[in-house]
Amino acid sequence: MGRTLAEKVWDDHVVRRADGEPDLLFIDLHLLHEVTSPQAFDGLRQAGRRVRRLDLTIATEDHNTPTLDIDKPIADPVSRAQLETLRKNCAEFGVRLHPLGDVEQGVVHVVGPQLGLTQPGTTVVCGDSHTSTHGAFGALAFGIGTSQVEHVLATQTLPMARPRTMAITIDGELPDGVTAKDLILAIIARIGTGGGQGYILEYRGPAIEKLSMEARMTICNMSIEAGARAGMIAPDETTFDYLKGRDHAPQGEDWDAAVAYWKTLRTDDDAVFDAEVVIDAAELAPFVTWGTNPGQGAPLSANVPDPASYEDASERNAAEKALEYMGLTAGQPLREINVDTVFVGSCTNGRIEDLRNAAAILDGRKVARGVRMLVVPGSVRVALQAVEEGLDKVFTAAGAEWRHAGCSMCLGMNPDQLAPGERSASTSNRNFEGRQGKGGRTHLVSPQVAAATAVLGHLASPADLSDARTPAGV
Amino acid sequence: MEAFTTHTGRAVPLRRSNVDTDQIIPAHWLKKVTRDGFEDGLFEAWRKDENFVLNRPERSGATVLVAGPDFGTGSSREHAVWALQNYGFKAVISSRFADIFRGNSLKNGLLTVVLDQKVVDALWELTEADPTVEITVDLEARQVRAEGITADFELDENARWRLLNGLDDISLTLQNEADIATYEVARPTFKPRTINA
Repeated sequence: MGRTLAEKVWDDHVVRRADGEPDLLFIDLHLLHEVTSPQAFDGLRQAGRRVRRLDLTIATEDHNTPTLDIDKPIADPVSRAQLETLRKNCAEFGVRLHPLGDVEQGVVHVVGPQLGLTQPGTTVVCGDSHTSTHGAFGALAFGIGTSQVEHVLATQTLPMARPRTMAITIDGELPDGVTAKDLILAIIARIGTGGGQGYILEYRGPAIEKLSMEARMTICNMSIEAGARAGMIAPDETTFDYLKGRDHAPQGEDWDAAVAYWKTLRTDDDAVFDAEVVIDAAELAPFVTWGTNPGQGAPLSANVPDPASYEDASERNAAEKALEYMGLTAGQPLREINVDTVFVGSCTNGRIEDLRNAAAILDGRKVARGVRMLVVPGSVRVALQAVEEGLDKVFTAAGAEWRHAGCSMCLGMNPDQLAPGERSASTSNRNFEGRQGKGGRTHLVSPQVAAATAVLGHLASPADLSDARTPAGV
Repeated sequence: MEAFTTHTGRAVPLRRSNVDTDQIIPAHWLKKVTRDGFEDGLFEAWRKDENFVLNRPERSGATVLVAGPDFGTGSSREHAVWALQNYGFKAVISSRFADIFRGNSLKNGLLTVVLDQKVVDALWELTEADPTVEITVDLEARQVRAEGITADFELDENARWRLLNGLDDISLTLQNEADIATYEVARPTFKPRTINA
């Protein structure tokens, strides 16, 4: 019987398989950041262990880093101490580090792919649940806890029980104005925040094959929001084109050998998935969340749902609590929800294509009065590229703030936060209570919806905008 | 890791689903670089409400958390497990846990027990009616027992063996160091490297 993509990559990394034990998997790439690594390095020190494979390990700083005044000392002493701890640990153990101020610094899941380190058929781990992002390349990539970070540092392996596989097939073509973000939000709403639990997802079908690498990363990134540790997309010419010539992409004969291997990384026709979901792309529309988990979403044209409409008691209860927290009432049109803040960035939507998409909407338009818009590139490289293309000028001309690279407002660990009661349209990945700051209210959206929302001051799609634009430079 | 064999204690019924790790321990607590001192951050936002179940005097000293489905979703932060343990919890019962949280909990000796939602409902009713009632989580017998309730639970044999013996995963893996070395030698040269070794 044939094998799925996930099974092929899994099998190629089994170091040891024995009855009654989880498989011992080799890890090709270990990404580190400041938040989930300090206790792991401490563990190594206490046991007198070293990092087994420095050549498969790389670190950057992202969660705590400010996006303003990065040349000044970090104001929060606890954040500063955490970054200094990473610097000390990397120096002591010999780990390659790209700290704040370095040209390769950025959100860890933006940095790995842009360096060409994330490759098809590799296993990638990081102490961060959005490691699923790297699955866009046909890598088996998943988030791990700090104990596992220590385990990988010490052994370059992880004992893992083999997950089941789920196919998510997107038939047809995405309608104009519908993005990868809308698609993944719709998938999560369909299967639920626990729907992918215990599975590796494989996104496939014609609508997926047409997507750019950036769009594929957006989709795989949010696999964890459906409960799946990993999501994958089979590598193809789009993947190879993206990788070719990058710093750590194979070269010469190695490139040819790599591509030959990568081309084998497709689910066999006779392979059987443990579960299958089929979605018709033509039915999709711009999608936003109204609640406090990423599964609580609806098309932008819909109304806030009535909790009483849920048959399941736990879902009804969750919807009631969500509406209370979000300050929304059942039946209210989603388009009439006003926002205070718009955030474009994060490992979900902080790549160059995301910035281009937001800039294309904002070009010649203005951010609505009273709305604060932050545009935060996912990495320094993305920022440099955006500046080269003049996108930063489009954002600032529209009245948005152009910031330095980092996780920024995706999570409340750095100065970029919502105040209590403030409401955001955010291109990030989690609308949990307090995620963007204590008492903050988050609506997850695509970069295009974020930009249109910024212009109108309420949740909106580009189709809601008038054609009137001020010519650039006026 | 501390071994887990069996534990008996009073419970905290938490009637919420989708309790994400940002609720268990908010991000600003993640700046700490230790594995302890997270108890005050546990459910920090909800604890501001004096009626929140954890704040009730009758729940003081409880060690078994009985939560709604999809407990521990979201971030991979192991700090969520440390916060629960620092506070004093020994076991968490739910009908469904997020994968990463569950893995983290078992690596730290916090037993996460999956039971049918009907049993969770019964445990909620029981412990809400009488806060002094005790729940026994027996890993050897793979069974949860409380007044009028007996429910078997599953846990894979390998994970159970490691918990019962409090075994350290890294030491176990390093017993197979030769297998790792053999695998490394056979890896293709085109695989990426972050630095030249």
